[in-house]
Amino acid sequence: MLHRTLTCVGLLCLATFAFADRTVTDSAGRTVTIPDRIEQVYAAGPPASILTYMLAPEMLTGWPRAHHAYERPFLAPEYVDLPVTGRLTGRGSTANLELVITLQPDVILDFGSIRSTYVSLADETQAQTGIPYLLIDGRFNNTPTALRLLGNILGVPERGERLAGYADALFAEIDAVLATIPEERRPSVYLARGPDGLETGVKGSINTEIIERAGGRNIADYGEKMAIQRNLVNMSMEEIIASDPDIILTWDRQFFDRVYQDPLWADIRAVKQQRVYFAPSAPFGWIDRPPSINRLIGLKWLTGLLYPEHFQFDLKQAVREYYRLFYHVDVAEADLNQLISWSTTR
Amino acid sequence: MVDNTLSRLARWGWIASLSLALLGLIVVGAGIGAYPISHIDILSHLWLRLLGGEVSGQVDRILFEIRFPRIAASAIVGAVLAAAGCAYQGLFRNPLVSPDILGVSTGAGLGAALGILLSLSIVAIQVMAFAGGLVTVALVYAVANMVRHREATLVLVLAGVVIGSLAGATLSLIKVLADPYDQLPAITFWLLGSFASVRIADVVAVIPAVVISLIPMILLRWRMNVLSLGDEEARALGVHPSRLRGILVIAATLMTAAAVSIAGVIGWVGLIVPHMARLLVGPNFARLLPVAMLMGACFLVGIDTLARTLTTTETPIGILTAFFGAPVFLFLLARSRRGWQ
Repeated sequence: MLHRTLTCVGLLCLATFAFADRTVTDSAGRTVTIPDRIEQVYAAGPPASILTYMLAPEMLTGWPRAHHAYERPFLAPEYVDLPVTGRLTGRGSTANLELVITLQPDVILDFGSIRSTYVSLADETQAQTGIPYLLIDGRFNNTPTALRLLGNILGVPERGERLAGYADALFAEIDAVLATIPEERRPSVYLARGPDGLETGVKGSINTEIIERAGGRNIADYGEKMAIQRNLVNMSMEEIIASDPDIILTWDRQFFDRVYQDPLWADIRAVKQQRVYFAPSAPFGWIDRPPSINRLIGLKWLTGLLYPEHFQFDLKQAVREYYRLFYHVDVAEADLNQLISWSTTR
Repeated sequence: MVDNTLSRLARWGWIASLSLALLGLIVVGAGIGAYPISHIDILSHLWLRLLGGEVSGQVDRILFEIRFPRIAASAIVGAVLAAAGCAYQGLFRNPLVSPDILGVSTGAGLGAALGILLSLSIVAIQVMAFAGGLVTVALVYAVANMVRHREATLVLVLAGVVIGSLAGATLSLIKVLADPYDQLPAITFWLLGSFASVRIADVVAVIPAVVISLIPMILLRWRMNVLSLGDEEARALGVHPSRLRGILVIAATLMTAAAVSIAGVIGWVGLIVPHMARLLVGPNFARLLPVAMLMGACFLVGIDTLARTLTTTETPIGILTAFFGAPVFLFLLARSRRGWQ
């Protein structure tokens, strides 16, 4: 027994010395020792799985959940059917820690909030599993930094640079236009969630940061302090009518199919001017769901909707390029048309 | 004799003052909201509408499609939950019982969560909630009837606890399966309760269920008192306890399921309002029922007015009912010397 234990300890030490030969600092300021060469990445949640898939799909140990049939045409066929490995979110985890260890990933990656809850979760999981756990800030504005940081960590710096370049260019293009448009002349936007469309994310929350990034004014604006406490809130119909948004965004089919017929919504400017837009969600959401790099194409799309006079481009071509560059897939013509028809239906 | 007349006067006094309070709350509630409309405007729009005018324009739409249905719904749901609470507390002869005791709310929550998971339409989600509440209680009743036991109510409560926790576990399973970015928040908001999306059609849809279930409660109000003496005594006085209990459980369940299906799970009202009413008029069911219903209506109309005006977003109603209900209840408890039984 003692002999076996000693052997185990010895092997562990050996493993540690053999592979753990560089340290990196993640977005939360944690110093993590990781193997020199990374081959397998366990993504702790959907945002991290997308980030990893974009940078180095061959390193992904699995997806947090199985893909729906309508999402499958938009992912590279060789990676669609990776095993389902659940998500690691503390008490709400669907992942089995033993399974995570069995998968033998070189690192566990989480992409999203770097608040202290997630920092302590990362520290605990790392101590429990002995697998280095990296935490990368998932705020939308951090996209280029996150792509470069993880590109370097995974040993694919050129790939990281290329994707980050796309984000940098898009952000710069938008900022140049926004510099000429004062805050009060920007269109007001309401993000309608849930089947009744009354759920929304407040300004400053991770669910709606794309609105400000694209140069819209979120009507659910209660200052930054509020956003820290509550991300998603319920709005009253009266409040929405009173704020009279110029544009309504949604990804909820139920709501979108109904909004033009519903007398309650009929007098809202966005509905009267037919500016309610349906965001596609294949393979991942265009504006949220999950909040990860998948939002870049949604940002591109939004600029055309919010400022059609400033951003004129062929959406279909932009989508084709984005899906090829980020999702490693040449989307079939029919599927591409489906995506475009979703995003432009009135 | 004098005592009797006095207590009758007091009872009608309570009913009259509560009705006035309800009217006042409705008038106040109608006048405030995110969209400013003055009382004079409200009256003129109401007058035009009564004369047969069509609903047109922003103000009309806000009043007749949003604010009034919402106030009506909160009044009805408050009254219904209080009535169901009175019935359940009397039936089980236990002051700690609320309408959820047989699992109606949990079952409705389960039905609604399933509807959200399957991405059904709002109406279908409401139907699922209503059906979920009824099916759960039917199951509890069936299980309790299979068990032949002298303590009929005890078996019923136990069956309610068991089936209720089974439904709760299934609800948790649905939460795990739900899309965490989309469906999970929708389920959470639904379980917290809200009148934010109530439509006039919802109000119209629940009225038949409420009326149908109120009729037996009103007709059986005297026998209800006999039942609270205990099964043996009730039988001796010529009341069939298990049949009566069955009818009242069906009535209370039907009305609660209808209320929950449009407003989500609103705790606390069915537990606390009957107590408040009992502190005012005593335990006689015939007196208790109308007073409790009025109090429940006042309570929820007031709370919902706060829920939609306190901040610019909606405050979940389940949170407010507890925050405002608890101090009021404690105050009444400290002030009153009336008995419980």
